Amino acid sequence: MRGLIFKEIDDLVIDSLGIVAFISFFVGGVVSIQTALNLTNPLIPKYLIGFATRQSVILEFAPTFISIIMAGKMGSFITSSIGTMRVTEQIDALEVMGVNSLNYLVFPKIIALLLYPFVIGIAMFLGVLGGWMAGVYGGFTASNEFIQGIQTEFIPFHITYAFIKTVVFAMILATIPSFHGYYMKGGALEVGKASTVSFVWTSVVIILVNYILTQLLLTN
Amino acid sequence: MIEVKNVEKSFGESKVLKGISATFDAGKTNLIIGQSGSGKTVLLKSLLGIFTPDVGTISFDGRIYSELSADEKRALRTEIGMVFQGSALFDSMTVEENIGFPLKMFTTKSPEEIRERVNTVIDRVNLVNANHKKPSEISGGMQKRVAIARAIVNNPRYLFCDEPNSGLDPKTAIVIDNLIHEITVEYNITTVVNTHDMNSVMEIGDKIIFLKNGILAWEGSKKDIFKTDNEAIVDFVYSSNLFKKIRKAQNKEE
Repeated sequence: MRGLIFKEIDDLVIDSLGIVAFISFFVGGVVSIQTALNLTNPLIPKYLIGFATRQSVILEFAPTFISIIMAGKMGSFITSSIGTMRVTEQIDALEVMGVNSLNYLVFPKIIALLLYPFVIGIAMFLGVLGGWMAGVYGGFTASNEFIQGIQTEFIPFHITYAFIKTVVFAMILATIPSFHGYYMKGGALEVGKASTVSFVWTSVVIILVNYILTQLLLTN
Repeated sequence: MIEVKNVEKSFGESKVLKGISATFDAGKTNLIIGQSGSGKTVLLKSLLGIFTPDVGTISFDGRIYSELSADEKRALRTEIGMVFQGSALFDSMTVEENIGFPLKMFTTKSPEEIRERVNTVIDRVNLVNANHKKPSEISGGMQKRVAIARAIVNNPRYLFCDEPNSGLDPKTAIVIDNLIHEITVEYNITTVVNTHDMNSVMEIGDKIIFLKNGILAWEGSKKDIFKTDNEAIVDFVYSSNLFKKIRKAQNKEE
């Protein structure tokens, strides 16, 4: 089981780091530029660029939108790999041998995705870093102003809120695609369809749960 | 010995098995034959516990499957080896890992002992230079050998094969058939093979049961096939001109 968990960590977590880093860095940069371009009133301080980038990245972009992207990447991988095992009778082979196939296939994924907050933490850092680089090197703000914005009205609970969401999204990312792969019927074409359906449902559930958690955790 | 008593199985309105009773003897290659849609696969999957019969019982050397506890069922399954139609090898594992999988899951053998046992069965099924290859890197015939090796690695009492030579050339198919038969006799396993390949029937059919529309229409050995007047089996077997000629020749000799 330990070997399986390490394999899942490699397939699901480590293999996602590249795309997460790339997207986070550049989206952080775009958020920073967009904010700067919309601050046309000279009375509005420039440090708001850093503030808006931090809030956007930490509260929504990193936990929620990266999770939706991961529903496409990790989710499709999970559904198609389990679905292919179903189609090629590998799951039947496990059952006939007396292996609890659901436990064997899904449990390591759930454990591996306990490291998902680590991915989102990197996304948060790189998003803000991308915002800083785009803001400073694009000539939209000074470095000290951006850093002042990052520090302004910082509420530590926002980080807690983001990571609570992340843990819940990790469970959604592990279970919904596994369900669609495990219980699929048919052949190769159905594996593709199951991956698409799994992506749609995972995204919908993430968006709904995001709304509910925000309502529960951030409103008085 | 596996004993099937009055097994019925329906899917919705469609009754696929209609009161099958049969015995599958130890040390013999028992064949289930019949046309597509006759209920062969449903019977095999019922024997394997993948489907639960609506009526009737299946017993493994006196142990009635439906009356066993979950733990007893799991223990019984470790006594079963299965060769799937498409081999069902685990894509992510090498040949050696595939074969050693049941030992790793269900025994307390050390990695060295597992490797030793795996190499023994690899030699038994004549697999050469494939230990570290992935299933996608070997031929269909070799995949079948790996599937057989995986099925027998944990010394099963019961071996099930679903269309073991489908997709193979005739020569390789005969080699695989003979391998299954030799292993059955050598280890005194109760082997049940699901096939519609008449070559397999003639090569290894110690005991044959013929299903037609979910009913056991005939049973006997490969020798009995040429003597029987049962219309259903005659119609099935002699749909091929080659076998019509063989029957004519045999009848002449007698």
